[in-house]
Amino acid sequence: MALQDKYKALTDAATAAGISDLAVREQDGVLYIDGTAADGATKDQLWDIYNQIDPNFASGDLVLNVNVAVDAAVTHAKVITESSNLNIRKGPGTDQPIVGKAAHGEVITLVNRSNDLWWLVRTNDGEEGYCYAQYLEPQA
Amino acid sequence: MKTTKLLMSAGVIATLFFAACSPKDGDIQTAVKAKEASEVSVAVTKGEVTLTGEVADEAEKAKAETIAKAEKGVKSVVNNLTIKPAFNTTAPVVIADDAALTKNVADAAKDFPTVQTTVKDGVVTLKGEISKSSLVKLMQQLSVLKPKKIDNQLTVK
Repeated sequence: MALQDKYKALTDAATAAGISDLAVREQDGVLYIDGTAADGATKDQLWDIYNQIDPNFASGDLVLNVNVAVDAAVTHAKVITESSNLNIRKGPGTDQPIVGKAAHGEVITLVNRSNDLWWLVRTNDGEEGYCYAQYLEPQA
Repeated sequence: MKTTKLLMSAGVIATLFFAACSPKDGDIQTAVKAKEASEVSVAVTKGEVTLTGEVADEAEKAKAETIAKAEKGVKSVVNNLTIKPAFNTTAPVVIADDAALTKNVADAAKDFPTVQTTVKDGVVTLKGEISKSSLVKLMQQLSVLKPKKIDNQLTVK
């Protein structure tokens, strides 16, 4: 219960933000918070609160697993790397060969999002392969 | 004395009369239950309705009581409804196996060359150094991989 108290501001904010499928459990000295946020801003807000309670996430007593909901109807995503091109790979994993690149800021077609971490995409040049989902921003 | 007795017997008769006329507990139960939300359980004893179950919020709880009170033949309502907690506290914690976790951590950490990662028994240990803005990104990427714990020993620059 102690961890739930420590991170109460976070769970309160998650509740207020309407995080869906919100689950909060404590096990072996770690608090697990899972759920789905409506948008990226909501997720970032929760991470800000986490960082306020536990500066630089140094305590190792929370796993904040909050994903951003993606509308099933979304068909395109923008490449949101820092500045570089995004690798497109043959399979889902950095051990897979690179089959193409998508430019920073380019909007590409989403083919399949069944893997949470690696999305199957197609570029405007017709190259198809897997990209790391963290670097793709679904376009409404 | 006579008057008192007379009044008392009149009272008894009146009670019997009204009891006979007012709806039976079973009928009240059926009628109230039909109007309540499905998660509300209804029990009736001598016109006293007891509501139990779990509802979403205070408004639902109050509404359930109002519905029960409005029913003909209901003398009183005991509202024992509870409010559902805002979040799930019983869902099992899913922790990825080391093989999957090791692969996914390597994928996530690839773009953070100053960070060394190790995975053992579900615990992801981070060593090295990182900038503040990258730290949030890395932590976000690692937290969705279902680790048991993230042991962050990074020096934040």
